[in-house]
Amino acid sequence: MAEKNLPESLDTFVKGLWRENPVFVMLLGMCPVLAVSNTVKNCIAMGLCASFVLIMSSTLVSLFRKHIPKQVRIATFIIIIATFVTIVDYVLKAISKELSDALGAFVPLIVVNCIILGRAEAYASKHNVVKSFIDAVGMGVGFTFALLCLGVVRETLGMGTIWGIPVFGANFERWSILVTAPGGFFTLGAWLLVFSWVRERGRTKAKGGAA
Amino acid sequence: MNPDSFAFIFLQACLINNFVLSMFLGICPFLGVSGKFQTASRMGLAVIFVMLVSSTCAFWINELLEMLDAEYLRLICYIAVIASAVQLVEMFIKKFSPALFKALGIFLPLITTNCAILGLALFQTQRAYNFVQCLAFALGAGVGFTIALVIMAGLREELDLADVPSVVKGAALTLVLAGILSLAFMGFAGIGT
Repeated sequence: MAEKNLPESLDTFVKGLWRENPVFVMLLGMCPVLAVSNTVKNCIAMGLCASFVLIMSSTLVSLFRKHIPKQVRIATFIIIIATFVTIVDYVLKAISKELSDALGAFVPLIVVNCIILGRAEAYASKHNVVKSFIDAVGMGVGFTFALLCLGVVRETLGMGTIWGIPVFGANFERWSILVTAPGGFFTLGAWLLVFSWVRERGRTKAKGGAA
Repeated sequence: MNPDSFAFIFLQACLINNFVLSMFLGICPFLGVSGKFQTASRMGLAVIFVMLVSSTCAFWINELLEMLDAEYLRLICYIAVIASAVQLVEMFIKKFSPALFKALGIFLPLITTNCAILGLALFQTQRAYNFVQCLAFALGAGVGFTIALVIMAGLREELDLADVPSVVKGAALTLVLAGILSLAFMGFAGIGT
């Protein structure tokens, strides 16, 4: 049984990372993606916070899925999520004041991140604990990956650094527009373009192979 | 202009730091319901209303929590208040204007997960606004959200008629458009300083 289960759980994991990537494919949780992706450091911190909340709340929801009445399930999910977000918020403040200031209101705003509520409603409330856990990890990694995609582009071109370390020479002219608000929209737009181009190519190739 | 005045807070929330275009709050409905002009403007109205109600509630709840010395409950209380405010607004509209209720449809319950509303409650606490300032802030944010949504819907309706490559169609094009709009709103940055 164990050998049979492994590919399936791996499949669940990969689904979150690539095929159903929450940001690039399902277009969920855009607000934090756009807002905190101006440096790589912020991206990692945000990704970790959101993944922690996602994994913990998915597991808990899945554990209690038989005890939560249908009518009040959304409210229950939100309370569970809000509890974990409060924990994350206070822990982050204790670890690094600087990081917590940089992320600002977007840590408490994880509560209303549609990815987390979406996974609780669409997956965790219908599947067992192990499956929900793997799904949450996959989605969390997928979310962090998407954040990093944006963060790397915006920090390298916008400030000439990665993780605060300069990568170009001193003569590099910064594209300062990329670290401001419009830059977030443009970068995400460009990435979506790249992904839809890749998908389109895959489709044409598949069609060519069949014919 | 006096930075604490009603007018300045309104302008600040509405144009200078527009919730959608420069603070990235409420992007999901911004991308989701900006396809048609009519739904966009109705959604905007509903958001303004919910913002005013939840801002008022959040202000008094925060006072209460500070009195009880229980600030760690703030987030949970706010989200519960917003969810019930949305429910209340839904019931109210259903009773007094069934036509409007029908027009808003699914958008009303969806306002609960709009991060602009929770963001508003969090920011007004962070900046320690008094009650009148809170109302100005909520009104400004709501009007700003509506302006962004309506402009976007107008542009997208026109764009439907344009002939664009199939790769660009959909979300990518919308985001680039939002970027250009956001660029335009950066022009308001100097007002009032």
